[in-house]
Amino acid sequence: MIRLVKLGVLAVFIGVFAAASAEEAGHLAADQLAKAARNDSISIPTPGELFAALGKTGKTNWSAQSRGPIPVTYSNRAQIALNLGGLIADGFIAVEAKDSQQVKNIGSDIIKLAKALGVSEKLLSRGNSINEFAENNEWDTLQEELEATENEVKSSMQSHADQDLVILVTLGGWIRGTQVVTSAIMQNYDESSAKVLRQPALVHFMQSKVNEISPELRGERLVKDVSEQLGEIEKLVSFPPGKPPTVEEVRKVNQAAGKAITEIESKELPK
Amino acid sequence: MKRWLIIFVSVFVVETTIAVRAETDAEVGARKDALDVAGAFSNEGFMIRDGHWCGVVKPHDHALVAVNLYAGNQYWFSVGATEPVKKIAVSVYDETGKQVTTESYNNGEKAAAGFSPANSGQYFISVDLVEGEEGTFCLVYSYK
Repeated sequence: MIRLVKLGVLAVFIGVFAAASAEEAGHLAADQLAKAARNDSISIPTPGELFAALGKTGKTNWSAQSRGPIPVTYSNRAQIALNLGGLIADGFIAVEAKDSQQVKNIGSDIIKLAKALGVSEKLLSRGNSINEFAENNEWDTLQEELEATENEVKSSMQSHADQDLVILVTLGGWIRGTQVVTSAIMQNYDESSAKVLRQPALVHFMQSKVNEISPELRGERLVKDVSEQLGEIEKLVSFPPGKPPTVEEVRKVNQAAGKAITEIESKELPK
Repeated sequence: MKRWLIIFVSVFVVETTIAVRAETDAEVGARKDALDVAGAFSNEGFMIRDGHWCGVVKPHDHALVAVNLYAGNQYWFSVGATEPVKKIAVSVYDETGKQVTTESYNNGEKAAAGFSPANSGQYFISVDLVEGEEGTFCLVYSYK
C-alpha cells in the first residue's frame, strides 16, 4: 500500500515536472491548447485576410471572380444571414478588384439584407461611408469598413437575441470566400497558393458553432444541407502541413463550396 | 428578514455592476494601448482587424487564444495592459504547441509579436505577465 502511494506521488511529481519543462522549452501541452479561448471576432479570419494571402502570388484576376447580383428579397432569416455573409465576402472581392461601382452596389445590397433582419438603423451610415470610400478609391479603408459593418451587424443580432444567426453570417462569408479562392487557384495552380486552403481547425470551430444553434434552426433544410457541405469541406481542407492539395483536390473543395452557395442564393428553398 | 435579504441582494447587485463597469473601463484602456502599438505597423501597410480579445493576465499564468492564419501573410499581434501590470510579453505557438520564432516588441505594459506563418492553420497567441500584478489586457492583430 505504502509502495503504491509512493508511486502515485512520484507519478504526480513527474507529471507536474514534465508540464513545467515542456512550457519552459517553448512548448505547450495538448491540454493547454485545448483550453485556449476561441471567439468569433479574433479566431475567425475575414475574407480579406484570405484574399490578401492569395493576392501575394500576383496572378489573381479578382474582377473575374465577381458574381452577378443576388436576390435581396428572401423571407427565410437563416437564408438572409448566410447571404449577408456571402455579400460581405463579395465586397472584399470588389475591393481587391478595385471596382468602386461594384463596391457601392454590394454595399447597398448588404444594407438591404441587414435591414430585412431588423438590425440597427446605424448601419445606414455604414452604407454611406462605403459609398464615400468607394468614390475616393480608399481601398484599405474600405476593407476596414466592410469588417466593421460585419461586426456591427453581428453585434446588433446579438442584442436582438439573434445569436444563432451570427454564425450563419460568418459561415456564408467563409464559404463564398472559399469558393472564390479555389476558383482562382484552379485557374493558375501552384502549390504555394494551394497552401492557403489548409484550415481544419477553423472549419471544425465553425461546425461546432453551428451545432450550438437552436434545434429548430438547425433542423431547417438549408442549414442542414450547408452544415453537411461544411463537413465535406472540413475533410478536404484537412491535409497535412507542407503537403498542399493537388489541382484535383482544389476542384473538389470548389465544387463543395459552389454547391452550398448555389443552394444559399437560390430563391427556391430546399424541401 | 425578507427586507434584509432584499438589501443584501441589492448591495450585491450594485457591487457586481460597479465591478463589471470597472473591468470594461480597463478593457477600453488596454484596447487603446493595443491599438497604439498596432498603429505603428499600419504605417508599414498592415491592416488592423476590427475584432479584439480582452482578458485578465495573472502572475505565473498565461492567457491563450486560438487564431487561424494564412501562409503568405505577415502578422503582428499587439497587446496593451493596464495597471497594476508592469510588463507583458506575447508569444506564438503552432498547432502542435511548439513555440514559433517571432520578431518582438516589448515596452512595459505594451508588447507585440510578428511573424509570417510557413503553413496555414491554427496558431495560439500567449499573453504572459512578466512583471506586476494581475490586470486586464487586450489583444488586437494586424496582417498584410
